[in-house]
Amino acid sequence: MIEKTATELARALHSGEISSVELTKAYLNRISALNNQLNAFITICEESALEQARAADTRRAAGDSSPLLGIPLAHKDIFCTKDQITSCGSRMLHNFTAPYDAYVVERFNAAGAVMLGKTNMDEFAMGSSNETSFFGPVRNPWDTERVPGGSSGGSAAAVAADLCAMATGTDTGGSIRQPAAFCGITGFKPSYGRVSRWGMIAFASSLDQAGPLCKSAEDAALMMNVMAGPDRRDSTCAELETEDYQAGIGQGLKGLKIGLPRQHFAEGLSAEVELRIRDALAEFEKLGATVIDIDLPNNHLSVSAYYVVAPAEASANLSRYDGVRYGYRCEQPVDLEDLYKRSRSEGFGEEVKRRIMVGTYALSAGYFDAYYRKAQKIRRLIKNDFDTAFNSVDVIIGPTSPHTAFTLGSKTDPVAMYLEDIYTIAVNLAGLPGISIPAGLCGGLPAGLHIIGNDFAESRVLNVAHQFQLATDFHRQKPALKVN
Amino acid sequence: MAFDRLEVEKVAQLARLHISDAEAQEVTSRINDILDLIDRMQSVDTENVEPLAYPRDVRQRLRPDEITETDRREELQRLAPAVESGLFLVPKVLD
Amino acid sequence: MEWETVIGLEVHVSLSTRSKLFSGTASRFGAEPNSQANIFDLAMPGTLPVLNEEALRMAVKFGLAIGAEISKRSVFDRKNYFYPDLPKGYQLTQLDLPTVGRGSLCITLDDGSERIIGVTRAHIEENAGKSLHGVFHGMSGIDLNRAGEPLLEIVSEPEIRSAREAVAYLKKLHSIVRYLDISDAIMAQGSMRCDVNISIRPSGETELGVRTELKNINSFRFVEKAIETEVRRQQDVIEDGGRVVQETRRYDANRDETFPMRSKEFANDYRYFPEPDLLPVEIDEAYIEAIRQTLPELPDARKARFVIDYGLSDYDAGVLTATREMADYFESVAKDSGDAKLAANWVTGDLQALLNRKDLSIEQSPIQADRLAVLIARIKDDTISGKIAKTVFESMIKDQSAVDDIIEAKGLRQVTDSGALEALVNDVIASNPEQVQQFIAGKQQVLGFLVGQAMKLSQGKANPGQVNKLLREKMS
Repeated sequence: MIEKTATELARALHSGEISSVELTKAYLNRISALNNQLNAFITICEESALEQARAADTRRAAGDSSPLLGIPLAHKDIFCTKDQITSCGSRMLHNFTAPYDAYVVERFNAAGAVMLGKTNMDEFAMGSSNETSFFGPVRNPWDTERVPGGSSGGSAAAVAADLCAMATGTDTGGSIRQPAAFCGITGFKPSYGRVSRWGMIAFASSLDQAGPLCKSAEDAALMMNVMAGPDRRDSTCAELETEDYQAGIGQGLKGLKIGLPRQHFAEGLSAEVELRIRDALAEFEKLGATVIDIDLPNNHLSVSAYYVVAPAEASANLSRYDGVRYGYRCEQPVDLEDLYKRSRSEGFGEEVKRRIMVGTYALSAGYFDAYYRKAQKIRRLIKNDFDTAFNSVDVIIGPTSPHTAFTLGSKTDPVAMYLEDIYTIAVNLAGLPGISIPAGLCGGLPAGLHIIGNDFAESRVLNVAHQFQLATDFHRQKPALKVN
Repeated sequence: MAFDRLEVEKVAQLARLHISDAEAQEVTSRINDILDLIDRMQSVDTENVEPLAYPRDVRQRLRPDEITETDRREELQRLAPAVESGLFLVPKVLD
Repeated sequence: MEWETVIGLEVHVSLSTRSKLFSGTASRFGAEPNSQANIFDLAMPGTLPVLNEEALRMAVKFGLAIGAEISKRSVFDRKNYFYPDLPKGYQLTQLDLPTVGRGSLCITLDDGSERIIGVTRAHIEENAGKSLHGVFHGMSGIDLNRAGEPLLEIVSEPEIRSAREAVAYLKKLHSIVRYLDISDAIMAQGSMRCDVNISIRPSGETELGVRTELKNINSFRFVEKAIETEVRRQQDVIEDGGRVVQETRRYDANRDETFPMRSKEFANDYRYFPEPDLLPVEIDEAYIEAIRQTLPELPDARKARFVIDYGLSDYDAGVLTATREMADYFESVAKDSGDAKLAANWVTGDLQALLNRKDLSIEQSPIQADRLAVLIARIKDDTISGKIAKTVFESMIKDQSAVDDIIEAKGLRQVTDSGALEALVNDVIASNPEQVQQFIAGKQQVLGFLVGQAMKLSQGKANPGQVNKLLREKMS
């Protein structure tokens, strides 16, 4: 049962085939059997999960048939959860019990979903391999010597290994889509402003967006029905009415115009991954879509612009961690400067400190125009590229990542790591929706197919992904994990 | 743009981070690599390009001037490393 | 050498919204430490700001009151620095696109002359919390109640030329924000604070000299003294062949000296950038117009009207319109009593003296406007004399009963009965034969003495006009 999609589980729960308590216990058992290997969870909420499951069963007995009622999920440890540790993968917050629930958590709680625990992640979501976590790296269920991708690596690994039915993640430069690709699952980043950021610990405010990691595009639609929506507590959250994303995924693809960006099939793309993507495109053509070559001429600058904007915003967002009101505080500070410097230097890991330094530098007197303003201008060019492309195509398709999951510890050079996100970053800079879905295996490791949509075209993106999944079985492929 | 040891110190001070002598060289060289990556931007002429600070062009919503929060001092200060008489404690602050 | 002083003021006023600038936490003055510091105010991870509409409205109101340009688009920026009273590690403020642009205000000096002082801009920003230094075994305590309260920072052009002008400017700002009801502007409570930029230059020179900044001065009196002291210091430095250093200084009122504030080894670099958690604030003409409709009559307009409508002197009109409460009080007394001149005299005279003596504001006056109006009406209808009115006034301070009841209870009603007055006058004539002779012989001044005697005899209750008339008749 645990390998089923959330949509299937919803049916099983609805028909009474299984109870939420039974399902929750099955996942908790799976977690205790496999988390040692995978390190996907930072916190496991056994008691409260069972309590929520019982409450869900009671609600159902009373006639409630909310779609996610009783379905066990995991939240990335970047979402504040009241009365549970919210660490953001950092020593800085390793003992921080959030005093409130994030919007996303509120919504899933209200929908009756069961929170199994909090998933591991790159520290403050800064990383593409989940190796920067204070709680140690997450391992890829397809090959535990490999990384699951990052920063939502814990969520991706947990879904892939059936430790939960579905999970939440956040995506600032690819942090949902890239781990989804590496772990062979479906990961969706909605348009910027589609999901409220209230209670989601900020990395880069103008780029961060929450989204689902799950077993199918249909599940992503199911989750989006709960996650999306206006929220006045986040000023950047769109005032648009929410759509019924499930209702939006039943359209055939006849006449769909797919843009193929030349820049996403250039140097650096592994030949095997390219083959999987070309096969997928052939599949789309069979479904009635046409494929057109397009240009995203400034794509090659996206990583550069991103590594100004994101660290700049992060450098300010992370100033609040000062050892005064909550979080890590160094022992015996001799004076205020010492309190700040040691609390921050001991509380943050290397990558986080590196990005704070880069961001601080980019904003400092004399460099602002050359870095920050320049990056914002590049951001405009990148957005314009997409606008132009969407004048002639409905969606843009390419690989999510240049290759499959790499081995743990193999990328020590930060710049090489940053270039991992070469296909995903531009989507964040432009604020667009994007999904990664499995496109088959390369040497036993999953490759991800990336579908990008125009502003707030989440339904179209989900529909294209769903139609592909109706025609293929890649999303049903599972890693062969051995329980120790 | 050369990001040297002196610059590292200045930036670390602004960010209230401590970079030890042992780390300084590594940090400097890593950051220089990142700045090289960033500097690829400089190859494009953006003279007449409007900077984009917000992913989309919408305006700020306003909140009615209402008190929606209650006093949660006791609960919130349990999260603090050092508190006395309702105040957060820090080493003596100088002007 | 003749020196010219150049002063620019940066005044912070706390906007009197119910809740904070970006959160729904109460922002009352004087609450228990940190009882008004919630998850956003404490910069808990994941919290986000949402702008208080009332703070924006108040800023626009101020802008309109000083004839300033109102920006259709304003943007909040992060100003980054570390300090324990700044929970987020950045302050939200408006750097390049403030809500209020260029405007001006007119100040009145002691000699009655007026000057226009330019206002460069006014921007909305968050207040910081408070550090209580060295309170616990050498530690400092942080109270974040004030953190995130809305401030309006009003920046003047460097057009102020003396300490007295600076005080006049501050008083005018104080008056305007109180007329607009957007701030308590109580300097002692910190709801109005002021930083002063000062430089001097030889008279006739057009280039500005090097300036120093005096931080956080919290009374009108200290502003004047601090400026005078700093100007003298700068003159001494230059006349001794030195140079003024650009720095921030603190005024020590006890020693009447200014001192440089401790500066960090690295200069501040605030790394401003647009706040990504807030979107640009956009307002349209209709919004501005609607606020314009709510503007009250402002001090300058009210003063002019008082001169015309009530025939007051410029000076009295100025005093009576200095605060909205004072002007409202006066206007109520003038209307209800039907005598604006008497009302002005009583308000600026006895009432002001009473308030000064008891250190009370006009709103705290033990004698309310309606009661003072009755007192004045009783003078006008000859129920009591002006002199007796002062006695009644003193009684009214403690006795809250109706003015007429006080007059009756104390038997202070003026004697106007002609029979009783005639007896009184006869008495006076009989007891003062010498003075009566002198009057008859042509010494007119004696009449005053005789009237006085009659008043004394009546314990002040006789109508002096009638006594005067009767005496003349009897002695002719």
